[in-house]
Amino acid sequence: MRHMQSHRLETNNGTSINRKKPVHFKFDRKEFTGFEGETLASALLAHGVHLVGRSFKYHRPRGIFGIGSEEPNALVRVIKGASAEPNLKATQIEIYDGLIAESQNRFPNLKFDILSINNLFSHFFPAGFYYKTFMWPSSFWMLYEKFIRRAAGLGKISKKHLEQNRYEHKYFHCELLIIGGGAAGLQAASIAAQTGVRVIIADEQHELGGWLLTDNNFNIDEKPALNWVRDTVEKLKSAPNVTCLNRTTVFANMDDNFTIMAERVTEHLSRPFAHLPKQRLWKIRATKIILATGAIERPLVFSGNDLPGIMLSSAIRSYIKRYDVLPGTRAIIFTNNDDAYFTALAIYEAGGFVRCIVDLRENPKSQIITTIRKLGINVKTGHAVIAAHGSRHISSVDIAAYDSEAQAPLSSISHMDCNLLAMSGGLNPVVHLHSQRKGKLIWDERTLCYRPDNRSDEWISVGSANGTFQLKKALNEATKKTTITISKLLKENKKSKIQKNNSVPNSEEKQQNWAPTPAWLIQSAQPHISNKTAFVDFQNDSTALDIKLAVREGFHSIEHVKRYTTTGMATDQGKTSNVNAIGILAGSLKKSIAQTGITTFRPPYTPTSLGVIAGRNIGNLFDPLRKTRIHSWHQSNGAKFEHVGQWARAWYYPQEGESFHQAVTREVYATRNYAGVLDASTLGKIEVKGPDSAEFLDRVYTNEFSNLAIGKAKYGLMLKEDGMVFDDGVTTRLAEDHFFMTTTTGGAAGVLGWLEELLQTEWRDLKVYLTSVTEQWSVASLSGPNSRAILEACLGKDNNIMHDFPFMTMKNSFINGIPARIFRISFTGEMAFEINVPARYGLALWSHLMQIGEEFKLTAYGTEAMHVLRAEKGFIIVGQETDGSVTPYDLGMNWIVSKKKSDFIGKRALERGSMDEPQRKQLVGLLTTDPQKVIPEGAHAVLNPNQEAPMEMLGHVSSSYYSPNLKHSIALALLKGGSNRKGQTVYIPMLDGQEPIEAKIVEPIFFDKKGDRLRG
Amino acid sequence: MLKIKCPYCGYRNESEFSCGGEAHIARPAVSNKITDSAFCEYLFMRENPKGVFLERWCHTSGCRRWFNIARDTVSHEIYEIYLMGNTPKTVKGKKAYQANWRRTSKAEAASKTPKRTKK
Repeated sequence: MRHMQSHRLETNNGTSINRKKPVHFKFDRKEFTGFEGETLASALLAHGVHLVGRSFKYHRPRGIFGIGSEEPNALVRVIKGASAEPNLKATQIEIYDGLIAESQNRFPNLKFDILSINNLFSHFFPAGFYYKTFMWPSSFWMLYEKFIRRAAGLGKISKKHLEQNRYEHKYFHCELLIIGGGAAGLQAASIAAQTGVRVIIADEQHELGGWLLTDNNFNIDEKPALNWVRDTVEKLKSAPNVTCLNRTTVFANMDDNFTIMAERVTEHLSRPFAHLPKQRLWKIRATKIILATGAIERPLVFSGNDLPGIMLSSAIRSYIKRYDVLPGTRAIIFTNNDDAYFTALAIYEAGGFVRCIVDLRENPKSQIITTIRKLGINVKTGHAVIAAHGSRHISSVDIAAYDSEAQAPLSSISHMDCNLLAMSGGLNPVVHLHSQRKGKLIWDERTLCYRPDNRSDEWISVGSANGTFQLKKALNEATKKTTITISKLLKENKKSKIQKNNSVPNSEEKQQNWAPTPAWLIQSAQPHISNKTAFVDFQNDSTALDIKLAVREGFHSIEHVKRYTTTGMATDQGKTSNVNAIGILAGSLKKSIAQTGITTFRPPYTPTSLGVIAGRNIGNLFDPLRKTRIHSWHQSNGAKFEHVGQWARAWYYPQEGESFHQAVTREVYATRNYAGVLDASTLGKIEVKGPDSAEFLDRVYTNEFSNLAIGKAKYGLMLKEDGMVFDDGVTTRLAEDHFFMTTTTGGAAGVLGWLEELLQTEWRDLKVYLTSVTEQWSVASLSGPNSRAILEACLGKDNNIMHDFPFMTMKNSFINGIPARIFRISFTGEMAFEINVPARYGLALWSHLMQIGEEFKLTAYGTEAMHVLRAEKGFIIVGQETDGSVTPYDLGMNWIVSKKKSDFIGKRALERGSMDEPQRKQLVGLLTTDPQKVIPEGAHAVLNPNQEAPMEMLGHVSSSYYSPNLKHSIALALLKGGSNRKGQTVYIPMLDGQEPIEAKIVEPIFFDKKGDRLRG
Repeated sequence: MLKIKCPYCGYRNESEFSCGGEAHIARPAVSNKITDSAFCEYLFMRENPKGVFLERWCHTSGCRRWFNIARDTVSHEIYEIYLMGNTPKTVKGKKAYQANWRRTSKAEAASKTPKRTKK
């Protein structure tokens, strides 16, 4: 069953809808019909639907309240296929055929919501309730949080969201960015368009025109205002230097005019084009910015002001004028200014019954008031709406004569029934983008608003955004400021001066006497009762009472009150609530508003989808994945991979039916007894060249490199200036002025960066050049007793180099025709050769090795087996045995710290007194009493497992494996004073009531202690 | 996001750069024996001023060259960009350089170009 558009006007005047194209959609499973060009909010109001959500804390019924992005109440979830997006504003969703939307924050349904029981207990939920109540005992917070979060959640996201939607990023430059396409923005753009500078004009709505789409019964430039809008937009769209964007929200204005905006590209289409993204993020560097962001109306704060059917006056006028929707037939207008009278007129002209205009001002006088009175509409001046009543919709109000100064009613209350209340508390310029740049705000006593101070000429506010609410003045201001800005731009670009004076379009808008009176809080004779339901921030359910309570509890700064009451902290960022909150706070503190101050607005201006911020950088595109040239072999041989830095490294190669443990054991055993080969291509490699290379290496390594002979290699340890181990690796001298340095896989980029920094900033006199060659070489690390035989077989006729190939040397040769640098170095403790070939021959080398190696029982091993092999030998891994707080002495590597050199990075720090502290953590080995029990890495060791918690920790286990060669569990650990504890027993307490693991402290080397196998 | 003029590449987005912290921290040569506390001033103490700050930046995602910036930490305004090994030329930059306590520190006094360990 389709519902009647009971509130759609018969007159066909709506400026934004296309009556010829009806659109069918669903809201909460009911079918509705609206018209092309309108929003979900307007289409629902056309059917008399106001109630669209429940409030955040008290689950009070809430209706459509505004017209655009200021909307705090009408948050809905839009479902499209398998994806669903929550928290979208009904006032911004354009309807399309097949749109499915549903209300949020209600269970089981909108009309009957179980959690609305919170409303009955609202005196238990004052400001800071959660802070005060759930703080004790603190360990219970985790438990409370789960329930609170569920009760307080706003919307639910679909899990398949990312699979369904595509977002993209775009970078752009322009000389002038104009934000806002209302009267002032359009005027600015049309001036800029003529000058040839690159212009972007962006507007949040789906069409340009701003408030001229609502208020347009006058001429601009001798033609109807709407025609002026259409002509101007036409002109801009055809200008080659202008980019005209609608549905585009500029949400961040940052340093040096870097602005970010989100364009909703296909969200409004029932069948989006496949090549277009859902949203597009524009990152723009603009030379100058004109902020023509307009203004947002303030609500009035009185008891029951959140009932559905109570709306912003300007919003009601817009629904009538733009969408032919009259949201209610029996209206009451509550105002402190003249603007609301135009709403009364619009309701009257649309055939609605304006029961009464309640004006807080004592004796207001202007043309529009006279007009209204002449129509016979009841105007009560010096009166206020004290309270609104109704269960799920407004049904009546209490009206009384009111003393704004004393904030108290003066007369007895009279009741009046109604089904619509328009409220108007004045206008707030949209200063968010100004404030984001730390632009200061000035309180204007005359217009009762915060407006920008306009101190910068990088970004300039014009029109209502600058507090210039009158159209004629706004157009004038836009013309003048744009002309000046463009003159400056052209001057900076050294182009000719702007040609002519731009004329200000002549507007015949009726003069408005913009004279609001201050009205921050309307109280009844019992303020402690009425303030409880006088809502300031509708979305976060904070009331006037909350602010007053915060003041009583000692929160006096607006920044503190904001956080304590959460006023202005909801997704609408206080667009309608902030200034009212400041007014109420100022009143409570007996200060002026200017003295009270305002909070700083921060990006984003409106909630922005995380999807559009991430763009295409998700899933596989989140981070680059680096693969070695041998990757395909690993893959086809069933390797499991682990990620080291950005590299995918073969972790282990399980054969059919093998577990992780079985596979690693097999690989370790084969390497120790026959031969193993590891893809070591990922190791960082840096070419160090230049006459001062040896001197440079002497300064960055702890040991000496200048005495290294050509063709010889040396293991080096690199420290940072604080004396802590930073990286390690083998460096080989290729020529007098040429070294080949290797680094850890994960540390490669960091090492190159650090060495470059030293050369560029500290030792600019050294002639040294560094080049990363990590990706230029493929490396197979061949090790085990058979490795020599395999290499000899591989070399074939070139095997003469094997006659004299001692440990820690390098030879050049050919393997199967491939040029190779072969290093005799070892990380396994076995005889080993690292074969480097130009990267593209990596797979050829590897395949050849595997083929030749077959008869020598050559086995490919992964990084896990490598870890076990090196741990058996007690070789450290930087980043596993070290964590930035470990010195070479802590590792027992005193032998590598040169005593001869006068200086190296870290030398002075190692000489500090605190380095002799006997309780520093030092590297030791651990052998468990039960040889089968492997200690979890990261576990802590204690001397006495029976002591009270918190126990006195001795240190932690950094590496721990089962050694298949020793048939024993082994571990490396960093323990306080460890080097003097050899032979002692330590205990490693376990979680979940398991027995502590007992272990003996030993030397950190377990296998082939003399190193005979290494030297062969 | 700042717009920074790399002295080698021209204007680029801040996201291409990395900030290396305080500039003009002279490294004391180990041979010039200084006390632990004087050395720790060099190693650990860093300025965090409200106002003009002399910083080192590197064009990491570009030419990978280091250079100096005199920047206001409140307004983010960049007063001056100058090469490694130079000192600031602007009035604000000069003042920040002179006013820094390091100019009279023992660590700075002990910073001569280190003697070559070997020819």
